[in-house]
Amino acid sequence: MRNFWTIFKRELRVYFTSPIAYALMVIFLVVAGYFFYNSLAYYSLLSFQAMRNPYLENLNLVDMVLSPLFGNISVVMLLMVPVLTMRLWSEEKKSGTLELLFSYPVRDIEVLLGKYCAALAVFMIMVGLTGFYQIIIWSLGQSAPGVAVSGYLGLFLLGAAFIALGVFVSSLTENQIVAAAVSFGVLLLFWVIGWSASTVEAPLNRVFEYLSLVKHLVNFAKGIIDTADVVYYLAMTFFFLFLTMRSLESKRWRG
Amino acid sequence: MIEVDQVSKYFGPIPAVREVTFRVNPGEILGFLGPNGAGKTTTMRILTGFYPPTGGSVRVAGLDVFENSLAVRKKIGYLPENVPLYGEMTVRDFLFFVADIKGLGKNKRQGAVGRVMEVCRIEAMAGRYIKKLSKGFRQRVGLAQALVGDPEVLILDEPTIGLDPRQINEIRSLIKSFAGEKTVILSTHILPEVSMTCQRVVIINQGMVVAEDTPENLSARLGGGHRIRVRIGGPYGRVRTALKELPGVRAVTSVDGAGTYLLEAEAEIRPQLAMAVCSSGWDLYEMVQVSATLEDVFLNLVTEEKTEVEDHA
Repeated sequence: MRNFWTIFKRELRVYFTSPIAYALMVIFLVVAGYFFYNSLAYYSLLSFQAMRNPYLENLNLVDMVLSPLFGNISVVMLLMVPVLTMRLWSEEKKSGTLELLFSYPVRDIEVLLGKYCAALAVFMIMVGLTGFYQIIIWSLGQSAPGVAVSGYLGLFLLGAAFIALGVFVSSLTENQIVAAAVSFGVLLLFWVIGWSASTVEAPLNRVFEYLSLVKHLVNFAKGIIDTADVVYYLAMTFFFLFLTMRSLESKRWRG
Repeated sequence: MIEVDQVSKYFGPIPAVREVTFRVNPGEILGFLGPNGAGKTTTMRILTGFYPPTGGSVRVAGLDVFENSLAVRKKIGYLPENVPLYGEMTVRDFLFFVADIKGLGKNKRQGAVGRVMEVCRIEAMAGRYIKKLSKGFRQRVGLAQALVGDPEVLILDEPTIGLDPRQINEIRSLIKSFAGEKTVILSTHILPEVSMTCQRVVIINQGMVVAEDTPENLSARLGGGHRIRVRIGGPYGRVRTALKELPGVRAVTSVDGAGTYLLEAEAEIRPQLAMAVCSSGWDLYEMVQVSATLEDVFLNLVTEEKTEVEDHA
């Protein structure tokens, strides 16, 4: 446990003493802010029209601004997470510090979890910065704390799964660019796999739909916490962390 | 202290290390010598538990490095080849991280880090980023991290590579000062390093141990008989014949074709040699007894090994 903290602190420090965390945060906030502004602007346009149109009276901020926000953040994160995780193992493998690290009395699992949680912490800080948007929505007179909580829980679970996948890919290569490209490609595939759910045969379409990363966030964004979605993200997380452990072990046998 | 027993390591079908066996006694400095690619680094990695061996066992202080990996790693300070360090950390931060991960309590860390910085003389660099350090200082930081926590065993993979002669001397005398206190394995392909710092040498070639002894014994083993180098001013052909006819001389080789000869004799013949030269009226400029250096031993063993392997093929 103490070693976990040592690794965690070091990794977190590297994110914040190098430009990585700042660059990611700035880009993330610009893009997420643009999404947020757009949906707010669209909402205000529609609400002016609603004054004359009786069919639009059910218009509300939660459905039009808050719920889409989580989907939008997850799209931006699809691009950010591979950059966040690419260095975790690749850099140490390339520079040879991995050998040094494992000559210290630490368990593989402590190193893995330390690194993993550091990346997850940066992710949560980035997502946490969008808390300002909640203040804006609240100040406009509508608040739905339940939806906000479930949405952020969904993003946390999604981030946990994304980062586990990124960490695993990083453990496979000593080239950071390859790690980022492969993580991004795999995440994207998990994203769009749901699209083919409508075109493939009967048993397979359910599988594709279930695997889709998007589908599982939709419920969270609406304020519904479904155990099926929670299990999906946790299963993805544990699966990729387990694969990372195996990948670390096999490197030593194969040299 | 360290018992390496029949250790082999295969990468797929390729043997990197084959049935290596040797012992290191407590407080001893052992030189692990071999040409590049002989399996030195692989052996070091097995010793630190980074690679599990394909066969055989390694015990450090009675503990198996594979079964009790964590306990063994607590006793070992390791300096890997090429000194990989976290460049984006300052020297002090890095050493504190190492102290932390080696399990030193919060109150002990400050003292431990201060001590190793003093021993390795890097206090002035404490606030610098490691990536900005010169090679010599990087090497010292590498040695410092191995020394943090005062481990009983030090495993140093080519600790002086890439340093300038003065730095090499400093590092060597530092290593030498550990004699008696710590058990040290030092790998190198530089021969004088071994004869200067180590009490015992294991020579490895193509993954196998080819010799194990003290540097002095190894030199003596090859230097059987007496070899004398002389420089004589006189007619080349006649001097050569006269030298050959001296009693006890086995062979005469001309070193430069201009008056320097290498004699191999069965016994001490220097007095007779001097008399013979003088009585013939030639000039004697130089006469030196040549003892076989570790370099000769090394080359000899390595080439012997090579021909043997070729014979098998």
